[in-house]
Amino acid sequence: MPEKQPDSELEKEQEAGVEPDEARAESRLLNIGVSPHIRDSSTTAGIMGWVIVALLPITAYGIYMGGVSAAIVVAMSILGAVATEAVIQRLRHEPVTVNDLSAVLTGLLLGLTLPPELPFWMPLLGGIVAIALGKQVFGGLGHNIFNPALVGRAVLFVSYSKYMTTSYLFSPKAPVFASQSIKSINAITTATPLAAQGLVRKDELTVAASRYYGPLLVGNPWGCIGEVSAVLILVGLAILLYKGLVDWRIPVCYVGTVVVLSWILGMDPLFAALAGGLLFGACFMATDYVTNPMTAWGKVIFAVGCGIVTTVLRFYSNLPEGVMFAILLMNGFTPLIDRYVKPVPYGVRAMRRAQAAAEAEQAGEAA
Amino acid sequence: MGEDEEPESISDERHFEEPGLSIRRTRTFKGGVHPGRNKAETSSKAVLRAPLPPVLSVPLTQHIGAPNEAVVTPGEHVELGQVIGDSGAFIAAPVHAPAAGTVEAVADVPDFRGKSALCVVIAVDSEQPGREASPRERPGGLTAERVRVVAREAGLVGMGGAAFPTHVKLTPPADKAIDTVIVNGCECEPYLTCDHRLMLERAPELVGGLRLFMRAVDARRGIIGIEADKMDAVESVRAAASSCAEVHAAALDVKFPQGSEKQLIHVLTGRDVPPGKLPSEVGCLVQNAGTAVALYEAAATGKPLYERVVTITGPLVARPGNYLARLGSPLGFLLGVAGGLAAEPARVIAGGPMTGWAQGSAQSPLVKGMSGIIALPLLPEYEREERACVRCGKCVDACPMFLLPNFIVDAVQEEEWPKAQMWGALDCFECGCCSYTCPAFIPHVRYVRSAKAALARTRE
Repeated sequence: MPEKQPDSELEKEQEAGVEPDEARAESRLLNIGVSPHIRDSSTTAGIMGWVIVALLPITAYGIYMGGVSAAIVVAMSILGAVATEAVIQRLRHEPVTVNDLSAVLTGLLLGLTLPPELPFWMPLLGGIVAIALGKQVFGGLGHNIFNPALVGRAVLFVSYSKYMTTSYLFSPKAPVFASQSIKSINAITTATPLAAQGLVRKDELTVAASRYYGPLLVGNPWGCIGEVSAVLILVGLAILLYKGLVDWRIPVCYVGTVVVLSWILGMDPLFAALAGGLLFGACFMATDYVTNPMTAWGKVIFAVGCGIVTTVLRFYSNLPEGVMFAILLMNGFTPLIDRYVKPVPYGVRAMRRAQAAAEAEQAGEAA
Repeated sequence: MGEDEEPESISDERHFEEPGLSIRRTRTFKGGVHPGRNKAETSSKAVLRAPLPPVLSVPLTQHIGAPNEAVVTPGEHVELGQVIGDSGAFIAAPVHAPAAGTVEAVADVPDFRGKSALCVVIAVDSEQPGREASPRERPGGLTAERVRVVAREAGLVGMGGAAFPTHVKLTPPADKAIDTVIVNGCECEPYLTCDHRLMLERAPELVGGLRLFMRAVDARRGIIGIEADKMDAVESVRAAASSCAEVHAAALDVKFPQGSEKQLIHVLTGRDVPPGKLPSEVGCLVQNAGTAVALYEAAATGKPLYERVVTITGPLVARPGNYLARLGSPLGFLLGVAGGLAAEPARVIAGGPMTGWAQGSAQSPLVKGMSGIIALPLLPEYEREERACVRCGKCVDACPMFLLPNFIVDAVQEEEWPKAQMWGALDCFECGCCSYTCPAFIPHVRYVRSAKAALARTRE
């Protein structure tokens, strides 16, 4: 046993007879923490911020096309979302985390999926519902099953379907729109040109759908605020992909599935891809981290499922568009997909191969 | 060197014409992260000898396995290299006196894991006689059994951090044939350059050590895996190995954790070690570069492992560099050797910043497996708070074991231990890639450790 045991740090230091310089280092009780001791610079707020940046061109163009009313819709839904997040967190005595920008993003996403000419209280209500019912009832960020923005939109859609499907963007500022000789459809009150299908002869959409490409690409006049330009949505997607924030599999598999199925069912495939809320939904809604599966193959299943449901709803339901309900439905399947589609841990494949080889050998010997 | 350039050694397959023995062309593994390297401060400086501290506290057990017992008593005088701690168990490595001096006590001293370790406290003599080299057989003539005995007598353990006794690794199960010995010169942790310097300065010894490993397990080839940011080390090792056709140096992608045993085996041989098994299962043996040099020294001159090269660095260190220091030197003393600290450190880390241990006491002594002492200032990340997981999946992408770190965290938060095991808590080797990349600043490694501890309790 030890003869003498230094009973204080100081005594140990004196025993060690360290130099003043070292004593300075030794006298402190140093801070500890679990490894790793370095982190990269990514933050939740940073990710949310970049998604918002990716949405800015779309937002700006949507407001340019939709005017003041569009700006009010977007602002109100953001306000509703952020205020609700703060109030609920305060009520639950939790730290208020609106500075992580996730509520801002939810509000913005919701606003961009609304028609530009809603009464101001409607997007406000949508924002409140999105956060309260879509997110906080599940326990807040990261725990929600359904995309909060789409929950807000779904509630508005079901409650005020007249407003949600009849207010459409018709602005003299849309030059492409004016130049296209599709005035016959101008009068149709619908959120998207897809809804025109029932009213236009089918062959017109299959044969002559190409004349909608222009407006859909650069200024889709019937869409919601965020759906006015497919080009800008793709620009946003490019930003997200460049920053490594979304998995390419979701937009590609989602849109791809819709294109292929629509083509089989006789619709112009490019029209199917560009029209309605598909692109916006596939790029910004289905890619929501919280509500899609964790693994690459899980994401593929999720996206293909979204594509199938969207096409089915478009063709066989009386809804004008299927994207919202398709994504919400597949959100519900996400926990199930995550349960069954897991990555195979390192070495497990090798183990299975070895076992299979051993069994085959045994079988061979037996034979 | 360009990213896509094929390293010569890997494409050079002429020596391995037996099926299943060619070196794969893969240069990296799936997953991992790219932390800033921070190696330039120390990588170009030759290794310096650190002075002896007045008092050494030598932990009796510096390996993973059965604990050693002190074989000296307080008041006894010990010579340099004399055995001071040993165990009769097979999985154990003896500890030797790092300097001549008088044993003051066998006492508990704070160790690098934040606990305390039984140490032999030695008051170092002011006059240190040089160690007489006691050349044994020529290293080239050693039998396999002799190599194992030399490794055990010299107290060799894995010097990359794991500290597993080397002679145990050199004794694979009888039914497992080892065809490949890999020397790990990746040094994928940021800041650390001690293996880099060893490969530059001691390449012949390193290759000699590798050949001894190969002799011990009767392996047909030896590969030295080195990350491609150290091409000078690749050249140096290739030059040293030019006369032996069965030894190759392979340049690998710069990515953490390239130097992890399983990832390294995968990259170099295309084989995957099954969960819960050892590399011998797939015919491989992996040893750290420092261990290879130490084995050669032990074989050539009888020198036991009583000192090691340690990287002392960090933004706060006045004279960052690699120092050949005696085991048992207090970290505070070694920081003083490196010029002291310019300011109060936020953390002092033993080992690398990704997997090392933050030190609670500057008294904790240098041990065989400690490759670095890094003093870090207050980094922005130390002030961040854990947030809710947004399921972004960065941890899943980064996990080199293909686990779902965030699901393990969920299970631990719910204290659902079997679920934590189902998501792979026990397969995790705590590389820290998940936590490194997590935007919500979740300390996955801490959760995994509590899962492992809880699962160990339930097994008992």
